[in-house]
Amino acid sequence: MNLAEMTAMQLKELLAKGQTSCREIMESVLDEINRREPEVQAFISIRDREELLAEAEAVDQRRQKGEAVGVLAGLPVAIKDNICTKGIPTTCASRMLANFVPPYEATIVERIRAADGIILGKTNMDEFAMGSSTENSAMKITRNPHNPEYVPGGTSGGSAAAVAANETILAIGSDTGGSIRQPAAFCGVVGMKPTYGRVSRYGLIAYGSSLDQIGTITKDVQDTALLLSVIAGHDPKDSTCINAEVPDYLQETKTTKPLRIGVPKEYFGPGLDEEVRKSVENAIELLKEDGHTLDSISLPHTEYAVPAYYIIACAEASSNLARYDGCQYGFRSPGDDNIIDMFTHTRTQGFGEEVKRRIMLGTYALSAGYYDAYYLKAARVRTLIARDFKAAFESYDLVLHPIAPTPAFKIGENIDDPLKMYLGDIYSVIANLVGIPAITVPCGWTSNHLPIGVQLAAKPLDEPTLLSAAYRLESLLHKSGLLTRP
Amino acid sequence: MGKITEEMVRHVAYLSRLEFNDEQIKNFTKQLNNILEYMDKLNELDTSNVEPTSHSVNITNVFREDRVEQPLSVEDALANAPEKEADCFKVPKIIHEY
Repeated sequence: MNLAEMTAMQLKELLAKGQTSCREIMESVLDEINRREPEVQAFISIRDREELLAEAEAVDQRRQKGEAVGVLAGLPVAIKDNICTKGIPTTCASRMLANFVPPYEATIVERIRAADGIILGKTNMDEFAMGSSTENSAMKITRNPHNPEYVPGGTSGGSAAAVAANETILAIGSDTGGSIRQPAAFCGVVGMKPTYGRVSRYGLIAYGSSLDQIGTITKDVQDTALLLSVIAGHDPKDSTCINAEVPDYLQETKTTKPLRIGVPKEYFGPGLDEEVRKSVENAIELLKEDGHTLDSISLPHTEYAVPAYYIIACAEASSNLARYDGCQYGFRSPGDDNIIDMFTHTRTQGFGEEVKRRIMLGTYALSAGYYDAYYLKAARVRTLIARDFKAAFESYDLVLHPIAPTPAFKIGENIDDPLKMYLGDIYSVIANLVGIPAITVPCGWTSNHLPIGVQLAAKPLDEPTLLSAAYRLESLLHKSGLLTRP
Repeated sequence: MGKITEEMVRHVAYLSRLEFNDEQIKNFTKQLNNILEYMDKLNELDTSNVEPTSHSVNITNVFREDRVEQPLSVEDALANAPEKEADCFKVPKIIHEY
């Protein structure tokens, strides 16, 4: 096994024993990038090789001198390109921000650096995090590392593909309606969206502010706990960030107790791919055999989640994206002597089609005469959906279901049908509407060798139970042989 | 809800400061109608006695100490400006003579 294939926890152990160095790890990852990136196209930008090796060596030298090193000691971390990195271009995969170099650092990037993680580069995504396949990037098409004809999922498709292709050890994504969990499932890795407010969003380029959350994409559950422990916690720069103590997630991951898990029947209805159903049912059986209680439950408002989500997300997007007016940063269409023309030409040329579609939908949903019928209605339905979950969590620790109705689809298959693409988000948007933490772990393979993922969700701030259940499920699946690629 | 017309799409485009040609307007009208028709599903639910949720976490009035900190320098703040002049963002004329 080469170093780039290992998990962060395995590498930390080798580093602690002096059996490898941060430089060797970085070299191994950069070799994998040279080998896989021409096909996978996970990154929008990768930092200079010599700079990265020098940073890795600096950590090695500190360790050799016996100095304390941070918990991410010299490990490469890929960052989604909608999270600001000081001095490193942050494009949001949009022409609008193609030349934007942030003058400040996102809080989570500061934290990763403070823990001695090394920022490897910036990953591809759907423009402004709008999409479900990473095909809406203005920069490039990312391919699924398990089959280049298929999408990696989206919108954090670059981060998921980079982890799956061993082009990084750890990655950060953002999740507004499934954008971490769905690509993680499509690429066969672990993706986690923490509780809304658990992780600071300072420096995350806003899309749907009541839904957006930064989270992790890693090779296994322990690495998720490790990275979450670095990025979680209160930040005075983000007023939506919860001021609550950060548990020892790595320790919590290893605790086991009998769990009560609700399996919502609405998530197994028509439209669910048979192979996905079977694979998720296998996971349910394994947990039952392990002594946990799994009951069929009902979340009656499930079918209203997608329409409510798209109204709310688009409404928030239309106001968040009003800032792209060609004045202070980003693209400006040249040659206009009237400011309204300049705004209009800048936005028309700077935004891609899906972004324009969502701005239009959102502007309509918020406009005079339609606000009550669309935005307010969706916000009320959001309350009903949240009540479903509140009721479920009175009797259950967790909720388990498929993360997407299908495995990865072919590049180009859904791109001309926006509504079909939106409906693929049916299982993933609810965690964002309700604000609860959710994780996906790989649970099997399709007959044509594409990964399948299963989601667990917990009460707000109950990441400890979520991680310990996911860790347990992951090890049961490993032992069962279901994770062996056919 | 009624159907969205091409004229409404043009008005929303104007509000959004976006420009489309006739064919794009036609396309958008069709797509938005499809999407909105699906969204009308929400009207199956009676929500007259349900409070709206605008935010999933109940945090209001977040205060912090009123301390002077180091802001971005003028140079950094202007570094990404499409056009600048004399420490200012430069934009086309806003007030015109008529």
